[in-house]
Amino acid sequence: MDMNQYLEIFIEESKEHLQNMNQSLLDLENNHKDIELVHEIFRIAHTLKGMSGTMGYTKVANLTHEMENVLQLLRSNELELSENIVDLLFECLDMLEGYINEIANSGNEGEFESDYLIKKLNDIMNKDNKNQITSNDNLDNDIISNNQSINIEVEEFAKNIAIKAAEQGYNCYKMQIDLNSNCMLKSARAFIIFNTLEKDCEIIKSKPSVEDIEDEKFDDSFELIIISKLDKETIRKKIINISEVEKVLIDEIDTNDYTIQTKDMEVNIEENQELDSKKKVNEKSASKAKKPKLGKTVRVDIDRLDNLMNLVSELIITRSRLEEIGDSEKKHNMNDAIEYLGRITTSLHDAVMKVRMVPIERVFNRFPRMVRDLSKELGKEITLVMSGEETEVDRTVIDEIGDPLIHLIRNSIDHGIEDPETRKKNGKPEIGTVKLIAYPDGNSVVIEVEDDGQGINIEKVKSKAIQKGLVTEEQVENMDEKEAVNLLFRSGFSTADKISDISGRGVGLDVVKTKIESLGGIVEVKTSKYGSTFTIRLPLTLAIIQALLVNVGAEKYAIPLNSIKEIITIKQTKIRKIQDQEVVLYRNITLPILRMNKILDVSSKNMDAEDLIVVVVKKGDKTAGFIVDSLIGQQEIVIKSLGKFLSGIKAIAGATILGNGQVALIVDTNSLF
Amino acid sequence: MSEKVTATDNQYVLFKLDNESYGVNILYVETIEKVMDITRVPYAHYYVEGVINLRGEVVPVINLRKRFNLPQVEINDESRIIIVSVEDMIVGLLVDSSSEVLQLDLESIDDVSNIKENMKNDYVKGIGKDGERIIILLDLKKILGNTAINDENQRI
Repeated sequence: MDMNQYLEIFIEESKEHLQNMNQSLLDLENNHKDIELVHEIFRIAHTLKGMSGTMGYTKVANLTHEMENVLQLLRSNELELSENIVDLLFECLDMLEGYINEIANSGNEGEFESDYLIKKLNDIMNKDNKNQITSNDNLDNDIISNNQSINIEVEEFAKNIAIKAAEQGYNCYKMQIDLNSNCMLKSARAFIIFNTLEKDCEIIKSKPSVEDIEDEKFDDSFELIIISKLDKETIRKKIINISEVEKVLIDEIDTNDYTIQTKDMEVNIEENQELDSKKKVNEKSASKAKKPKLGKTVRVDIDRLDNLMNLVSELIITRSRLEEIGDSEKKHNMNDAIEYLGRITTSLHDAVMKVRMVPIERVFNRFPRMVRDLSKELGKEITLVMSGEETEVDRTVIDEIGDPLIHLIRNSIDHGIEDPETRKKNGKPEIGTVKLIAYPDGNSVVIEVEDDGQGINIEKVKSKAIQKGLVTEEQVENMDEKEAVNLLFRSGFSTADKISDISGRGVGLDVVKTKIESLGGIVEVKTSKYGSTFTIRLPLTLAIIQALLVNVGAEKYAIPLNSIKEIITIKQTKIRKIQDQEVVLYRNITLPILRMNKILDVSSKNMDAEDLIVVVVKKGDKTAGFIVDSLIGQQEIVIKSLGKFLSGIKAIAGATILGNGQVALIVDTNSLF
Repeated sequence: MSEKVTATDNQYVLFKLDNESYGVNILYVETIEKVMDITRVPYAHYYVEGVINLRGEVVPVINLRKRFNLPQVEINDESRIIIVSVEDMIVGLLVDSSSEVLQLDLESIDDVSNIKENMKNDYVKGIGKDGERIIILLDLKKILGNTAINDENQRI
């Protein structure tokens, strides 16, 4: 049977189950006694096992099966729930998520091996009946005791590869392989070993060299440095199964040792900071490289679809009505019908927009887990308070907003919130609080990340900015607090004294800002010693905007309303020229004047008129006035891309189609000053 | 395109520019449209006539006379926009007229390497022969690519 038709449903449902499991695990962590939660997690694992088994995803099925066994013991009180078990279950959850994402991206489970997790799960169960020492333990001891004997040199270049490999989610091992002393064709045997390894590992270095091994210029053993996604036990088993192999020693190369050495180098600092989210990021980047196999899907409330359906049928009815009017020349009914049509299309637009809207919960969902992990790692107790998860945002926004939020929350926890002792000293509760708040505000959505930490040290920001050469001392002296805080958003800025795994306050904030601005939003910071608040304001949707339509010469252009400050008229005679730049004094501010017809290369007669219409446009703190011929009016427009062929054209942000079918271009005012 | 040779592989949509016949492979051609309202796009290449509303999609239109540096003529009833799709790009080609699809066998297509040196832009893929008629077969990828080196100069 072809399972592909069920694939999308499988992925969608699995994600939902994993989400629930995540939630239940978080709850269970706070309340070890709640047996209902264990039941719930068991049920989810069981469902996943069944689903994935049917679909033929054996890795998922195997892992969930083992999870089930442990959960069963917990359920029947044969095993007591401990911190370790919760952590392990979280690890399993991560692995399952990895599998599902991989399935969504490439259609198969990928190469991640969960053997070590299964072993850990088994260990937990076996610990219960302590009387037996498993053979696995024996193997482990064997390896540990022999660790010292692998003495292959890890050279500088190998170290670098090891670091790189670790970043991409690979493990780096050194291994020693001993062949049976009466092995006849040593080089042939070595060749088989190399071949076997190369199936799922990459051999970085061998000692003696490959040539020497081929020439049989070695005793009974040789040493290798390899990188692989597999865990060492799996690799060991693969090799030991080859005949005439006497002994395999394999030992992980700890890449952390090396990163410390290179910490002083800028590049590595950045990389180092990404390490904390190593696994997630890696899985992401690995899957990004592959072409996604499935289209994106949205689950839509059936009521919304019904509404859409109704509106479309009414639209069809109106069409026939209009056709009838056209035939019978009963033109007086025309207005009626057109009015009706107008109403339907407005509702239809509304309905379609609603179908695209998803609650921001989707993004927020991942944060409780993230905060949990971070607070464990940093030894800070943190409560995450979320509100407004039901706030709805267009899915284009949902897709983009996750990363900036992760960044801000990390910043708050790592640098905003002090460690428990400091907090006690400052008279704050020991447990820090991070608030994540979303609410709709008119035509935009506001998301706030608030912490009750130490706030941003303005003086430190200033001195760092000077140190980094971003500003001069004179500039800093004249800065007020707000301007100084905005230094955080400059690229290349960091206030962190020591580089932590999580983040440096400021590192990457420029990226956050760029991202938000590319979505047409803004970021603001408020800070005091009782905490900081980052406020993100985003448009509800990116596809439809309010715009002002203007005439420039014989052409029509749209200017996005959110960048327009006001519209004024000025006298031609008031315009002054300063170094070829026209300016007017308006409300005691010198306003640079730009003539739209010149910018857009249109011939226009109106530009010499006595009274000029000026659209005042803002970009951050700057303003400029654009002279246009006349205003047509405000209108909701649908943004269309100009396509690949015309991508990146200066001054133009896109196009829209007007009521009469004509195309009007959208002016990118930001690029003009 | 070289792996499978099907019936459509060697069919060409023919059009006229300044009394010469040109051809583009039919596999690239989406539709042929009458000339509609074209909105000029500032800062685009000099040969981009503008953008049109092709049933809800915004599609750029290249004026092939400008692209080939031919004298300009007024748009008339015969003028057509050939909508082609090349490497995810949908682009319209403004031509003098178009009415014909022609099948050309490989034997009746001449290589252009011997005359290429004399050509300013090598957007010609081959020369098709149909009896006495000569058809210039175009390399669309080159026409749409950034091969027009002199763009900037010609704008001014």
